[in-house]
Amino acid sequence: MDTIFIQRTDIGRWLDRLAEERTVFAPTRRDGAVVYRPYRTGFVLELDAMPTTSPKEIVFPQNETLLTYSRAGNASGGAPKVEARETLPEQKAVIFGARPCGVNGLGVFDQVFDNDKTRDAYYTARRKDTRIITFACDRPRSTCFCTNVGGGPGDAAGSDVMLYPLGDGFVAEAVTTGGKAMLSLATGAPAGDREVAAKALVETAREAMPEPLELARIRENFDKCFNDMEFWEEQSGKCLSCGACAYLCPSCHCFNITDEGTESEGKRLRSWDNCMSYTFTAEASGHNPRAAKAMRLRNRVGHKFVYFPETHEGEVACRGCGRCIVSCPSSVDIRQIAKAIQEYCDDDK
Amino acid sequence: MKQSIREALPGLDLVLGWEQGWDALHATPLFIRKAEDVDRLILGPTCVQSLAVQLPSLKGKKVGIVVKGCDSRAVVQLLRERLLDRAEIILFGFGCDGVVSLKRLTKVLGDLDSVTSVKKTDDRLVVESPDGRREAAFDDVCAPKCLDCAWPNAVESDHFAGPRLEPRPPAESKTALERFEEKSLDERFAFWKREMERCIRCYACRNACPMCVCRDKCLAVSRNSKFVSQEANPSESFMFQLIHVMHLAGRCVSCGECERACPMDIPLGLLRAQSTAVTEELFHEQAGTDPEAPLPLLTFKTDEETIEERD
Ligand code: SF4
Ligand code: SF4
Ligand code: SF4
Ligand code: SF4
Ligand code: SF4
Repeated sequence: MDTIFIQRTDIGRWLDRLAEERTVFAPTRRDGAVVYRPYRTGFVLELDAMPTTSPKEIVFPQNETLLTYSRAGNASGGAPKVEARETLPEQKAVIFGARPCGVNGLGVFDQVFDNDKTRDAYYTARRKDTRIITFACDRPRSTCFCTNVGGGPGDAAGSDVMLYPLGDGFVAEAVTTGGKAMLSLATGAPAGDREVAAKALVETAREAMPEPLELARIRENFDKCFNDMEFWEEQSGKCLSCGACAYLCPSCHCFNITDEGTESEGKRLRSWDNCMSYTFTAEASGHNPRAAKAMRLRNRVGHKFVYFPETHEGEVACRGCGRCIVSCPSSVDIRQIAKAIQEYCDDDK
Repeated sequence: MKQSIREALPGLDLVLGWEQGWDALHATPLFIRKAEDVDRLILGPTCVQSLAVQLPSLKGKKVGIVVKGCDSRAVVQLLRERLLDRAEIILFGFGCDGVVSLKRLTKVLGDLDSVTSVKKTDDRLVVESPDGRREAAFDDVCAPKCLDCAWPNAVESDHFAGPRLEPRPPAESKTALERFEEKSLDERFAFWKREMERCIRCYACRNACPMCVCRDKCLAVSRNSKFVSQEANPSESFMFQLIHVMHLAGRCVSCGECERACPMDIPLGLLRAQSTAVTEELFHEQAGTDPEAPLPLLTFKTDEETIEERD
């Protein structure tokens, strides 16, 4: 049976079983923030609110060690002995409680880190055996706009199991064979009529999503407004140039690599970086091609709506999750910026 | 307020204020450049951001700024540190009766979405959304700083709109800091370990701080200094917080912007409150309340009245 109904009260038992074989990353509350943490028995699950952070951290952690090195002097006077050891991660994981937009964000990562030209060993080591259990959204937030960028509240692409909320439980549907295996560990009843009811709820939610964001002219207009610094200063004036939007974004994937340690031992680290930070493009010479925050915000929006689509068959990298809107301390709204580009007209300048 | 901005605007490059953001619960900074922009200005309990954070980067322009009491303290402190030029700044002050903390509000009323109206009536906050009308006692949902606000009126202003308000009396019950300090060192350490564990090092706390002036050249991210490792763990994140607190010692104006900006809801204000309590006790003064007063940490005295250096 591929579709069952699981009571909310039975979810914990299911995760207990899943956690015997895999690390299950599930949402839990930390004051006002909802984060993914490894599930253990007794864990307090947050089954309703959308997580503050995105699921990307499970396959692309905030920081990871790429290699460790050591260098020892040679007693007989020859060249010192230098050793570098690669630290490839091992991971068998389940992401529980992602939303379709977050899962779609991983699609961007897959395209960047695992393609015919580039295969990132660290990313793929985590990603290849990570399974995903997704919540369909029956109540999108007013900041959600997934339907404008190719997704939707019931979008199952990339997921192994879909959970459709209904009353005191979830209709659970296996999407892949891996999902089927995971679902076989759950305690549930045949979904019956509830399947139709639950999917109808999500369909109603999809229809009620805010008015479409027009993006048709955005690529063409971006070229036109690229050098209009007055326009970009207007768009970015209130932005504080922090990293909240990029670090919470399910598709932002920029990183920095640093060596930390001494001459005799240390490690090479990879950590999240973001284009809103001044140091992102600071060059060793002291020159910074993106010295002003207007140029940095232009890059963030440009990457999402223009540069990524140019190299990935038109696909927009923003997945419409709204995290950057909800968590921005200045309430910068990326939809407004996209709209301003779409409506940009240089005729009257 | 709108009237005085309209009148002053021709002599200014811009005026910083607030307008409604993506819903009625979220105000967002407004850059007023043209007369018609003035119509979008709002003043009220959602106007949380301190616009003073923008001023240092606007140096050289003639800038008007709308300030609550706490915001004006940041401007005054920046002036006092000669980081701004008084001749370039026009302050539009008003008497503020408190702003909302979205974090406290959601704790009391639950997640609020598509809010269509937010109104403060006497001591209640009324929020309307398609889910219906919900209300709470204002003191339960306001920013913690507003509970015992001693400076509701702009400390300094060129134009002042509306009536001047009475300061709130100091809190009778113990402050969060006093309660925290009763805990043992181990308990306090465990607390910060748990809180800092979710820090994503986005530096929103730093960039929202009107008194942070290094920002792009921050010790925490500069590539060679290695005061803080890139490794993501509570002790590194806490180290960054200590850098920020130390750089704010005697300068922090208790505006709470650091804590408000944190997307991970880490109670950063507690650290600042601790350092502020120490500097206020030592130097008998509050940052940002007197533009003429000498800066305690930049003033040399052979004998400090409050510091015992030798027997
Ligand atoms: S848009 Fe908001 S979250 Fe992003 S850098 Fe600017 S202030 Fe920070
Ligand atoms: S850009 Fe903003 S809305 Fe788009 S996917 Fe990233 S966080 Fe979500
Ligand atoms: S601290 Fe005072 S001036 Fe500042 S927002 Fe609260 S009540 Fe207003
Ligand atoms: S704003 Fe919060 S999450 Fe971001 S660096 Fe500061 S403490 Fe960490
Ligand atoms: S440290 Fe926090 S409370 Fe102090 S001035 Fe900066 S933002 Fe305001």
